[in-house]
Amino acid sequence: MAYSDKVVDHYEHPRNVGSLPKDDPNVGTGLVGAPECGDVMRLQMKINPETQIIEEAKFKTFGCGSAIASSSLATEWVKGKTVEEALSISNTDIVRELSLPPVKIHCSVLAEDAIKAAIHDWKSKKEVDKPAATATVSH
Amino acid sequence: MAIKLPIYMDYHATTPVDPRVVETMLPYFHEKFGNAASRNHSFGWTAEEAVENARAQIARLINATPKEIIFTSGATESNNLALKGAAEMYREKGNHIITQVIEHKAVLDTCKRLEKYGYEVTYLPVGKDGRIDLDDLKRAITPKTILISIMYANNEIGVIQPIQEIGKIAKDKGILFHTDGVQALGKIPVDVQRDNIDMISLTAHKLYGPKGCGALYVRRRNPRVQLSAQIDGGGHERGMRSGTLNVPGIVGFGKAAEICQNEMAEESSRLRGLRDRLKDGLFAKLDEVFINGSMTHRLPHNINISFAFVEGESLLMGINDIAVSSGSACTSATLEPSYVLKALGVGEDLAHTSIRFGLGRFNTQEEVDYVTNRVIEVVQRLRELSPLYEMAKEGIDLSKMNWKASAQH
Repeated sequence: MAYSDKVVDHYEHPRNVGSLPKDDPNVGTGLVGAPECGDVMRLQMKINPETQIIEEAKFKTFGCGSAIASSSLATEWVKGKTVEEALSISNTDIVRELSLPPVKIHCSVLAEDAIKAAIHDWKSKKEVDKPAATATVSH
Repeated sequence: MAIKLPIYMDYHATTPVDPRVVETMLPYFHEKFGNAASRNHSFGWTAEEAVENARAQIARLINATPKEIIFTSGATESNNLALKGAAEMYREKGNHIITQVIEHKAVLDTCKRLEKYGYEVTYLPVGKDGRIDLDDLKRAITPKTILISIMYANNEIGVIQPIQEIGKIAKDKGILFHTDGVQALGKIPVDVQRDNIDMISLTAHKLYGPKGCGALYVRRRNPRVQLSAQIDGGGHERGMRSGTLNVPGIVGFGKAAEICQNEMAEESSRLRGLRDRLKDGLFAKLDEVFINGSMTHRLPHNINISFAFVEGESLLMGINDIAVSSGSACTSATLEPSYVLKALGVGEDLAHTSIRFGLGRFNTQEEVDYVTNRVIEVVQRLRELSPLYEMAKEGIDLSKMNWKASAQH
């Protein structure tokens, strides 16, 4: 299977790899997928509470080249956008931009899910007395 | 010596045809092009002689007699002929077949079809090492068992089954023993007498011969095995497989077998050294790496490794100047992870991170060192991108995480 130039570019030079502090009240963390499925994306955003603009975005992904590219692209796109604008990003936009073949469409769906999950996490942190909807973890 | 890229390390998938084999084949395309079944002129006699010569070369490699070699289009066809041919022929005697879960699809899918025709098939499980339990085999045998089919060595994990013991059990019970010998032939000594094998499937393109040419060894003495032909039309190959023989392919197969006969011991030893060098090099620099399958009973040129927290296809993409394969779902046409690794009990998360290296005749030490360094480099880079590696390093037990809850929105 040949990869599109854009997928290769994101793979060789991924944008915004890294982490943001999870406990920062202005940071939303979206963790989607599962290791058994071969795809896990973690997308984090730092959002300005007054302007609702996404000032910073970071990602880490366990998955194929298309999954890495989809999540890298997602961080590129959300930066500078408002929360509402980011929520309107759909997986088909990602498919088109990266020229993903049908068998890789699910990677773009997961990236869209990651964006929404991060925003959802940030929103739920804003609600008083509501626990953060991040993954439950036992040590 | 300069390394030529890309490097091929997927010798279980196929092999390049040895130049000596190509040279031997060429005259049979344009000069000695006769049909081996043309009995009445020299074109036919020349072709027939070449075919008989190849038969003998192949027979020698497995300690059989030439009359016991039946030519086919490849091992998939040989497996079909062995299983369906025996099942149909011995229907009166019984309808039960025993095989195991990590067989090649050519055997598994054929068994599925036989089940549709009313045959009963037992699929023996394998242990973590990839081998069947001989007691499981003994317990599975019934008065209606007519065939046991267990592959000599597995294509994904290179693990070698206890063939001699299986052969003995089968012989004691008077049950036919078939083995898919595709990955073993020419790599380790295969002896149909020593191993009590009644049928073995063989192919040329895994031992530096051409594609499209295979064979089935069918025992003629103690016992004389009979098969119901699957392809009709002229009665070639003692009535077991009709059709004009692929003379150039067969000539190539024979030459490839002869080369293996002469060079196998030395070559296997050299490849074992290279394989161990690759393995040791990777394990020296990387943590959280695991070997899939037994190292004790394994083909000398195979290694199958899981690189935890790094998905297989992304790793292959990073080492795009090296040809290997992966057990990851993303690399399969059906998006299913490797059923072989699953049968070993390897978790799906680790199955997605597995890479199979199959070394071969034309690999060098320089290539192995290059591959070792590239794999280490890419694994380390991808682990920096991996949320799972970060979480594992923080001490989080990934197996206890509720992955579904994290995706709700």
